[in-house]
Amino acid sequence: MAEVPEPTHRRRSHAGTRDLERYAGLFAERTTVMRSSAMRDLMAITARPEVISLAGGLPDTSTFPPQSFAAQMTRIAQESAAEALQYGPTEGFEETKDCILEVMGAEGMLPDPDDIIVTTGGQQGIDLVTKTLVDPGDVVICEAPTYPGAVPVFCSYQADVVQVECDEDGMDVDVLEQLLGELRSEGRRPKFIYSVPSFQNPAGVTMSFERRQRLVELARANEILVVEDNPYGLLRYGGEPMPPLYQLDGGDFVIYIGTFSKILSPGIRLGWTVAPPPVLEKIVLGKQATDLCTSTLTQYFVREYFAERRWQRYIEDLIEIYRERRDVMVQALRDNFPAEATWTEPEGGLFIWATLPDYIDTSDLLAKALRADVAFVPGQAAYVDGRGRHSMRLNFSGVTADEIREGVRRIGEVIGEQVELYGTLTGEHRLPAEEEEPQPNVVPFRKAEGA
Amino acid sequence: MKVAVLKGGRSLERGVSLRSGARVEDALERLGHEVLAIDVGPDLVQRLVADRPDVAFVAMHGVGGEDGTVQELLEILGIPFTGPSAAACARCMDKVQGKDAIDEAGLPTPDWFAFNQTAFREFGAADALGRLEETLGFPLVVKPSRGGSSLGVRFARSPGEVPQALVSAFSYDDRVLLERFVDGRELAVSVLGDKPLPVVEAILLEGDRYDFEARYEIGRTRFVCPAELSAEEERAVTEAALGTYRALGCSGFARVDLILDDEGPWLLEANAIPGLTDTSLLPQAAEAAGLSFEQLVERILDLALHPAAA
Repeated sequence: MAEVPEPTHRRRSHAGTRDLERYAGLFAERTTVMRSSAMRDLMAITARPEVISLAGGLPDTSTFPPQSFAAQMTRIAQESAAEALQYGPTEGFEETKDCILEVMGAEGMLPDPDDIIVTTGGQQGIDLVTKTLVDPGDVVICEAPTYPGAVPVFCSYQADVVQVECDEDGMDVDVLEQLLGELRSEGRRPKFIYSVPSFQNPAGVTMSFERRQRLVELARANEILVVEDNPYGLLRYGGEPMPPLYQLDGGDFVIYIGTFSKILSPGIRLGWTVAPPPVLEKIVLGKQATDLCTSTLTQYFVREYFAERRWQRYIEDLIEIYRERRDVMVQALRDNFPAEATWTEPEGGLFIWATLPDYIDTSDLLAKALRADVAFVPGQAAYVDGRGRHSMRLNFSGVTADEIREGVRRIGEVIGEQVELYGTLTGEHRLPAEEEEPQPNVVPFRKAEGA
Repeated sequence: MKVAVLKGGRSLERGVSLRSGARVEDALERLGHEVLAIDVGPDLVQRLVADRPDVAFVAMHGVGGEDGTVQELLEILGIPFTGPSAAACARCMDKVQGKDAIDEAGLPTPDWFAFNQTAFREFGAADALGRLEETLGFPLVVKPSRGGSSLGVRFARSPGEVPQALVSAFSYDDRVLLERFVDGRELAVSVLGDKPLPVVEAILLEGDRYDFEARYEIGRTRFVCPAELSAEEERAVTEAALGTYRALGCSGFARVDLILDDEGPWLLEANAIPGLTDTSLLPQAAEAAGLSFEQLVERILDLALHPAAA
């Protein structure tokens, strides 16, 4: 065999590949809404090793037993190497769907396996559903704030994203109903309503039972699809389980997106979507065009993992860890944040949403916080319209209790400086946080914020 | 020639700097130079001493790289570098110093007042705000004195908005300035070795004029180069920019930002190390003058090695 010459250039083999002008004329119009923002630049700095980052959204994978991982992968290599290294069906393997049925069954759902497609993470589910349903200019409704990772998906399909306010009981269904009426009078029919009803990312709130029922009724009455994204449903640290929208609706108007990322591993990129057969058929075609099939190897891994019948125990272990971290974070917020700050106390999931006095802009605060080597996600990332400037998302799942305490202390310190400065500027002198009574039950949202 | 490209660092504009640096590295390679890419960190001096570059191309923005810190080190190590001297960088980076120098040179800059945090925290400067606001009028602009791009720059439309704007600006620096707002056309004049390049006009398509995000997002700001100016306007703008460049002691290159209204040009500041990304203004202006990016980079190197050739 002829020898392949060593590449002579470090990165690219020819000149000019970095010049935008050479390619700008070729870009599709949809790329104009794919924004590289200053905030993303700021977030890049959060990756410095000395920074305590409460900005991530990572589950803790450090407690997954390596021996068990090794044994499962060895078994796959010995018993099914050829199949595991081969392509698989676009819809996913039946055996993977059996695992999915177990997970969904744990939350009281019983879908038909034929309605399920295995996807490359839940994120691909959001992409495929949007690809299937949305033409440029179509309305997509989501929560305010919403999952920051969903916004670029909707934007890349040029959707007109409309956000409906959330409060401690999730999306405000009264506002939604009013919005649907307004859209109807304009002759516009939204394609779907995207919601993370349980332990929402970023707000940490959970939709009440009554609102879930009303949302499903509204979807049925208006014949609009609801896309229920439920990555955290099984990660409940307190309170009573809440039926998923999919269960309440029975799968007529609710498309369900699930994932193994938060209950097993995000690295295996394995999620799923459940949709009514005609919709699913289109989603399957879309998936085929995108990547033919989801990783066969990781589907084999999940199959082996579920065969050990310990997956629920692992979730229980995670719940113990995350509950403690949430409690540590809530306590740290009480100890370090000013009296005017409010925050959610989630009963599950990975995030707390904190809202500061309206004279503090959390993007500016992040610049200050980074100098103190701590990071969070500024609330603006969860809105399409520049709102959320006084809020922040804090993650407690991917950091240790000590890091949470120290990280929140540092953020509290920079906020304290801002509060004091503002007091000096306006002549209002405020008491430091520790002299205030801790608030037993906090109101998570300032409704009139940033209108 | 062995060229060290200094980029990154810890400043808030690290992202922009990495993009500027990467583009410069490509151009240098195409020009046949040996490139030594350095993401600036604690090992900077060690690396410069060990690798002995012939010249350093400083592609850093913001605190640390654009304020004279890195330039001072290079001066001590005796390595020629691109762009203005350490002293000029320090003057450009600090808007208050910069405006003082512009004003002393008899060039027009919008009225301003500067404060540091201590003035508010310890000397009750808040009580003086009302008087300043009367002088400057509304809307006024609040800026951190040292801060790159438009980070922390805020409009205040009424007295009630001033404290909040100050809190934002103080997030980036201990010193801020309040400046009279001039409503006019936003222009940038890049100067390359004492010669002005064609004027660029920034036309914001949506959002606030001083919205940091808008300036760095393709599609939200439209840049026109050369700007449509009458011969008289162009002369006034270019002369004012050159005057600023000299008043601040710049050499090599710099970009002067100003606003043009009915009274003429109002100088805001000079950027010692303007961005060199594919959406930055200096490369656009160079292109309008018929210089490709490689030619621009080569010229900048020349100016670093033979300053007298300017």
